[in-house]
Amino acid sequence: MDRVNDFAFKIATANGTGSASANGLIMQAIFRMGVPVTGKNVFPSNIQGLPTWYEIRVSRDGYTARTPHFDLMVALNAATYQKDVAEVRPGGYLLYDSTWPLDDTLHRPDVAYLGIPLAEMCNAAFKGVRERILMKNIAYAGALAALLRIDTDVLRGMLKEKFGRKPALMDSNQKAVDLGYEFATKTFDCPLPVHLQAMNETRDSILIDGNTAAALGCVYAGATVAAWYPITPSTSLMDAFSGFCQKFRVDEQGKRRFAILQAEDELAAIGMVVGAGWAGARAFTSTAGPGISLMSEFIGLAYYGEVPAVIFDVQRTGPSTGMPTRTQQGDLMMCAYASHGDTRHICLYPSDPREAFDFAVRAFDLAERFQTPVFVLSDLDIGMNDWVIPKLTWDDTYRPDRGKVLGAEELEHAKSFYRYLDVDGDGIPYRTLPGTHPKGAYFTRGSGHNRFAGYTEDAEEYTEVVDRIDRKIQRASRAVPPPIIKAKAGNTVGLVTVGGCHGACLEAIDLLTKDGIVVDYMRVRGFPFGDEVAGFLEAHDINFVVEQNRDAQLRSLLMLETGVPIEKLASVRHYGGFPMSAHHVITGVKAKLEKAA
Amino acid sequence: MTFLPKPRVHHPALPKNEIGLTRRDYEGTITTLCAGCGHDSITAAIIQAFWELSIPPHRVAKLSGIGCSSKTPAYFLKEAHGFNGVHGRMPTLVTGANAANGAITYIGVSGDGDSLSIGIGHLSHAIRRNVNLLYVLENNGVYGLTKGQFSASADRGSLSKKGEANTMEAIDGCLLALTLGATFVARSFSGDKGQLVPIIKAGLAHNGFAFVDVISPCVTFNDHEGSTKSYAYTREHNVEIVQADFVPPAAEITTEYEPGGVRNVMLHDGGWVRLRKLAGDYDPTDRDRAYAYIRDRHREGEIVTGLLYISPESRDVHDQNNTVDRALTTLPYEQLCPGGAELEKLQARFR
Repeated sequence: MDRVNDFAFKIATANGTGSASANGLIMQAIFRMGVPVTGKNVFPSNIQGLPTWYEIRVSRDGYTARTPHFDLMVALNAATYQKDVAEVRPGGYLLYDSTWPLDDTLHRPDVAYLGIPLAEMCNAAFKGVRERILMKNIAYAGALAALLRIDTDVLRGMLKEKFGRKPALMDSNQKAVDLGYEFATKTFDCPLPVHLQAMNETRDSILIDGNTAAALGCVYAGATVAAWYPITPSTSLMDAFSGFCQKFRVDEQGKRRFAILQAEDELAAIGMVVGAGWAGARAFTSTAGPGISLMSEFIGLAYYGEVPAVIFDVQRTGPSTGMPTRTQQGDLMMCAYASHGDTRHICLYPSDPREAFDFAVRAFDLAERFQTPVFVLSDLDIGMNDWVIPKLTWDDTYRPDRGKVLGAEELEHAKSFYRYLDVDGDGIPYRTLPGTHPKGAYFTRGSGHNRFAGYTEDAEEYTEVVDRIDRKIQRASRAVPPPIIKAKAGNTVGLVTVGGCHGACLEAIDLLTKDGIVVDYMRVRGFPFGDEVAGFLEAHDINFVVEQNRDAQLRSLLMLETGVPIEKLASVRHYGGFPMSAHHVITGVKAKLEKAA
Repeated sequence: MTFLPKPRVHHPALPKNEIGLTRRDYEGTITTLCAGCGHDSITAAIIQAFWELSIPPHRVAKLSGIGCSSKTPAYFLKEAHGFNGVHGRMPTLVTGANAANGAITYIGVSGDGDSLSIGIGHLSHAIRRNVNLLYVLENNGVYGLTKGQFSASADRGSLSKKGEANTMEAIDGCLLALTLGATFVARSFSGDKGQLVPIIKAGLAHNGFAFVDVISPCVTFNDHEGSTKSYAYTREHNVEIVQADFVPPAAEITTEYEPGGVRNVMLHDGGWVRLRKLAGDYDPTDRDRAYAYIRDRHREGEIVTGLLYISPESRDVHDQNNTVDRALTTLPYEQLCPGGAELEKLQARFR
């Protein structure tokens, strides 16, 4: 039976061979055919030679989660044949380079083998070692076009856009596409039963990764100072910010309306952000878990000294160095309470690049409104993979919320100014910026201070300030993005998740419903949790908490912060470094329900 | 106890500077350091320098790390914003603040533990970036607040209060700064205000990172016989090799070289540093020879002081970044946000 626009395939190559551009080409071509598509780049922490995979899922129903089952494997890396063959779904296909014979032990009776002599064809058609290697990739893209019925006009158009100004490159790429396409058409029964058909589902969408979207959010939020230390998987966020600033923030004289500081380490990166925030700029850093560990000292200072800062944590697999090129949600606990002493931080949890853009803007508003560090926790899957999302939109009436900052005029007429005095009773004091007015001066310090910003070792004076800060942060629970809740009265089972597990959960809910298991859904989007979060958990007999870490960190946070008993919170986890799939959610939920029954 | 205010009643006869402020207007709260602490003398020199330069106190930001020295920003310029950050990482705060607002004057105060141990990486990189600030290292060779451990600037063989000899080589902040490409390197002594005040003024006017190492004896833990950072030892062994004078802009200087070994170096804002050579053929614009000279003299048991090196062509971090002339904090939002139409256009890239 044909499965049109509902299948997944995987391409296994070695990194550094140029396969990434071929894979991107295939992904983009499907997107341009109007078909919902998701790509997951599974790459090693290495520059050249180690195995790398690219997974493409086509879903006419718009499911975006990773699937662990593949209808077609493009197995071009002999080093991983064994593993790759095993991942093909029964009845599926394996495409391999038949220039060399395939080891008999790799044969599976339930898989069809498609041999294409890619190396041989390319060696004959192209000169030069590098070109032969590169064109092998484009040739398999051509073969896939025939096998999966990728629109060749779309492919040709994309090559033209890419190489329009370099006719020689254009010619060799088109030649490679044709080589693969013609061989496949001649040799196999094309298309395969799993194939594509043009749709009209992506017209108002874009194909973008979360780091690029977050960087764009920083530009639109008016961030002017960025400080960072290179770390996977957050580096592309700062690269993108730099690129957008070059485009949008250079004045007529060629002068820059931004400053990007590549720091000596993460301790310095956050120090620069805190310094810039203190001086009145919208400032941010982007990093990953190891960076947050290093930044914790300054984060505590910014919390206690009440300095705005925005920190993007593009989470990767920990602990320690962990697996830098694999995804995880392992920093939920750390970011919520980063630094020594009593601290608690505002956290935002985007689930896709669209929210990465929106929450980036929101993070700056919250940081300045509440005068405190704000974390945006995405992950490698959101940050580095290309997602199909609705086009980003911008409200031109938006103006940044700079919070309570007294200017020169206000200070001139003020009777007095005390930095940490709760004048309005909302827990948020007024602040001033250096250089404004003699009456605005105060001393920022991480040591004990009273409401007048004076040094103190007095128990009451100390307690008054830290209690007010606690009230202030708690108040932020009403200002962070509220949870997404889909609930029907009478349902007793809840499914709760965070961030990038969203797609897997939505798909799992549909599949569970088909199996007669009806669940309500809540995705938390901000911390501290608003009242709705506790309300949802209490309203259900059992809540399955889906997340990507070993220790059930979201569940711990929910327990600590809402007081909901642990019996109401069942944990579903998947933390080996790959994004969550509906399969994992369903398996986890069913196992627990059956055990209970 | 750094919150004790000083009485604000001024004697009417106190002299006023160009902007009508007295020296008292540049003071802070009452010091809580030990009586006789070198740091308090440095504070007095800082107050004098700012007053003489007629810099409005509120147009200054004063930052520090952790330690005795780092408490001192509370004791000067009460109308300036202060930031007592975390141990060793003040340079990062200044780097960020200066990136955001390069239009105000920055002074960073640090100690030898802060600068040469926990914070040596940040100090090094702030020097490399040439962040525009006056960096005062109040150097006493000892950890005072934790009661007397050797710091990284303690000389080999120097005795602790308990009589133990330091076995490791000292890190010399000035030599470090020279190797890292510092554009302004000076050493002075807290007990020599006449030398220190002009150095501070020149450092404030310098466009870039002005590193000033000030030997500042710790009267409680490191002022004994056998210490090489005591008042007595420093008085006896310091040799001034270049005397610096700061000459404000619009002064009558017209030539780089004057008779009598006087060399004038023009600063970014049109001011001058007038360098009077006191030692032979020493050239304070020759980095390599400055380095060799300081080392040679140190081997002879001498601590050379003065404005040891100045680069006439200093480009600070904003010059290198090509930042707009005004502070980034003053840019209107309209100049920062590309707007909805641009976003729509941009997204063709993501199709």
